Amino acid sequence: MLPSISLCARPVTTWLSLTRPLAHFRPHMDPDPSRPVERTIRTKLTNVFQPEHLEVHNESHMHAVPPGSESHFRVVVVSSQFEGLPLIQRHRLVNEALKEELSSCVHALAIKAKTPNQWASDPSPGKSPSCMGGSRGDHTVEEKLKAGRE
Amino acid sequence: MNSLIRTTARCLRSGAAVCVSRPAHGRVWSASARLLCSAADFQKDLGEMVKKDKVVVFMKGTPAQPMCGFSNAVVQILRMHGVDNYASYNVLEDQELREGVKVFSNWPTIPQVYFNGEFVGGCDILLQMHQNGDLVEELKKLGVRSALLDTEKEAK
Repeated sequence: MLPSISLCARPVTTWLSLTRPLAHFRPHMDPDPSRPVERTIRTKLTNVFQPEHLEVHNESHMHAVPPGSESHFRVVVVSSQFEGLPLIQRHRLVNEALKEELSSCVHALAIKAKTPNQWASDPSPGKSPSCMGGSRGDHTVEEKLKAGRE
Repeated sequence: MNSLIRTTARCLRSGAAVCVSRPAHGRVWSASARLLCSAADFQKDLGEMVKKDKVVVFMKGTPAQPMCGFSNAVVQILRMHGVDNYASYNVLEDQELREGVKVFSNWPTIPQVYFNGEFVGGCDILLQMHQNGDLVEELKKLGVRSALLDTEKEAK
């Protein structure tokens, strides 16, 4: 069994925020209208992959960006369309589906792309590593946040 | 320091014999000369950069001081496998590199990992490869023995 790695270089209090309940996708529920980027991501991933399971987490609060930002996301996509595809191909498909968002307002996208069988044997969405402040003072992030607001 | 930061050189193709070299600490010496380099030349340079070393990482910050949790995760994974002799490029110090590598790899985010000139993926993919054992095998193909194999051997 390979040892797990420690994703924190320094102790970080934001790990506590990871204990909040996951926002599972349910088609009959309306997404939060105050989060347009999250809504768009859900819609696009649903349309492209017809997923059996989909999670879209806005992790912007874990990073050095203003409150309410929609710049950093983690997605879990479970779809039979990933059958037989290597990881990189799966991630490229997700990137392609969210091409517009990634070139405008989304600065970071963590992806877990699994087949239904893989998800059934290991239904863990994963955790993003702690921010190390790289977004602070990063003018490209500022531009993306501005693009998200417009 | 666990990594080597390689120098890159870009030359003007228009006929002028001006070369701009990037010293090991990553700062650009002549911004005006670089601006004259065409985008195609830069992509060609990237093609050479990813092949010069077995393991190449484009990241935010340096292996000694990562500036992003995802980049740090890549550094930690490589360190865990005993891979400490790799080329790393700090995209935060070079906006042209930062945008150029995204075009070159057709990959929208940083960090980006290359093995033997071939794009492997970002933090998520490297982490999954580490967790499912694929990374040990891929390193073996590079002629690199993962330190985890020695760790497991000692444990037995």
